[in-house]
Amino acid sequence: MKRKLLIGAGLVGAALLLLANPAAAQEAEEVADPATQIVLDNIFVFVCGVLVFFMQAGFALVEAGLTRAKNVSNIMMKNLMDMAAGVLAFALVGYGIGFGGSELLGGWFGFGLGITGIEDPAQAAVLNLSPATFFFFQAAFAAAAATIVSGAMAERTKFKSYFIYSFALTALIYPIVLRWTWGGGWLAQLDIPFSDFAGSTIVHATGGWAALAGAMVLGPRLGKYGKDGKARAIPGHNVPFVVIGAIILFIGWFGFNPGSELGADNLVPQLAVKTLLAACAGAVVAMVVNWAKDGKPDVTMAANGLLAGLVSITAPVGAVETWAAIVIGGIGGGIVVLAVAFFDRARVDDPVGAISVHGVCGTWGTLSIAFFARYDDAFLGREDAGLFYGGGIDQLSTQALFVGVHFVFVFGAAFLLFQTIKATVGLRVTEEEELAGLDVEEHGHVGYALDSGGSSSLGTSSSSNKPVSV
Amino acid sequence: MLHLVTAVIKPHKLDDVKEALKGVGVQGMTVSEVKGFGRQGGHTETYRGAEYTIDFVPKVKVEVVCGTEDAEKVADAIATAAQTGKIGDGKIWMTEVSRLARIRTGEMGTDAV
Repeated sequence: MKRKLLIGAGLVGAALLLLANPAAAQEAEEVADPATQIVLDNIFVFVCGVLVFFMQAGFALVEAGLTRAKNVSNIMMKNLMDMAAGVLAFALVGYGIGFGGSELLGGWFGFGLGITGIEDPAQAAVLNLSPATFFFFQAAFAAAAATIVSGAMAERTKFKSYFIYSFALTALIYPIVLRWTWGGGWLAQLDIPFSDFAGSTIVHATGGWAALAGAMVLGPRLGKYGKDGKARAIPGHNVPFVVIGAIILFIGWFGFNPGSELGADNLVPQLAVKTLLAACAGAVVAMVVNWAKDGKPDVTMAANGLLAGLVSITAPVGAVETWAAIVIGGIGGGIVVLAVAFFDRARVDDPVGAISVHGVCGTWGTLSIAFFARYDDAFLGREDAGLFYGGGIDQLSTQALFVGVHFVFVFGAAFLLFQTIKATVGLRVTEEEELAGLDVEEHGHVGYALDSGGSSSLGTSSSSNKPVSV
Repeated sequence: MLHLVTAVIKPHKLDDVKEALKGVGVQGMTVSEVKGFGRQGGHTETYRGAEYTIDFVPKVKVEVVCGTEDAEKVADAIATAAQTGKIGDGKIWMTEVSRLARIRTGEMGTDAV
């Protein structure tokens, strides 16, 4: 088996050399006349925003599939409200903090009434984008960051407590990270500025580290750890949901990454191709690593690998060559399998692998820029910034500073927030409720009323409570 | 002489019951998902503005065929493992079994347990 793996790796390496392109430069070209280009840019970024909003369906399906049927209504509500309440919180408060006109504290905070300019299409918010387009696109990203956490805290978190956290993330924590970076704050003002093209750290690791804080403060699900301290499997109730959800996320990512070009130019297809290849590499490598480690290829782990590849390429997608996208995505796929096992051993119960996919792989993707950056992605300000291209370790210092400070802030703020919620309104449901399932207690109805053919006296459906899951 | 021990228990207690049965030497059992209620009655919920009652609660039924001399031991093991002290713990009963056969080998009676 090992020899086959080595031969396979060698063949893949040889194939990747075919994609190397040492002499190419990368120039964004916009060929339409200026007025047409403005329209193209706005419509394109708007459509990408729609694709990113569609990812909400993907998140919902993945999280539902990986958790038990007795909690499915609850996880659906958390996902729905992450988007609905999150977008409102972002619109009313967060967008202004992230992108508003007033920079405060040397770029560590900000303020603005950003959403008030929405109805003026002539005014440019960023590049050619009108305020409405830019807000729409950013709101989709905010909703994505928020919804990452519900998976890690699934099956034992009180809905109202989760709602409070979700509002705080999109109103305050995420926008502060935005201000530091895309909002032009201190990380953008460094001599060697940060690079994170579409948000491996800004969006995904923000969700990932908040998820880590939440899962730690919550504690593991009942029955997750046996008396011997070993992690026990709590299988999800719907494998097709997991895969379909992952594929929907994959499709949505073609809005997430290419849309972050913030314009319809000739680089967009290249961003899409790199996103595509990284995703596929992530899925295959995750499957292989999981297969070698655990003996059989777990479908849900391969789905996590697809997402890990996507998260990993999200930061470097503007700066790296095509072959590097495959490598970065593939490494992400390998990392995610090991990270899931790590957090299980560390007694951090993460039912969907959100911390591993978004936190760990988000960080990997952001750091990979320091090694693989070949092109100027409009953040780097120069070509060949990567260590492998002679760029030295300058970018590595900045990327490390970036991910380090980001982790301390997001994890710290989220940890404090969850502890506060726990001490006030309570964070976790009661033991009885957790065992019976959250759906009826939190929302008044089950998710799958499969045999309620008109008869109200048959209230609950027994098939939604599989006996093997504790 | 053979007996069938049947227990209706809370679903999350199944693992504990299974371990307890293994502990008293039981090598096989049949488990099914059922719904039921006892004396405690149901409660009311609201769905899209309309009220409805939830009477039936999901339970798990465990069935074990054993020798008559082991039946008490089996029932006690189940009862101890399944008990939480809270409403809805379930019930256990026994009936006599007139015939038992292992399909694969054709063994009959206590040899088939």
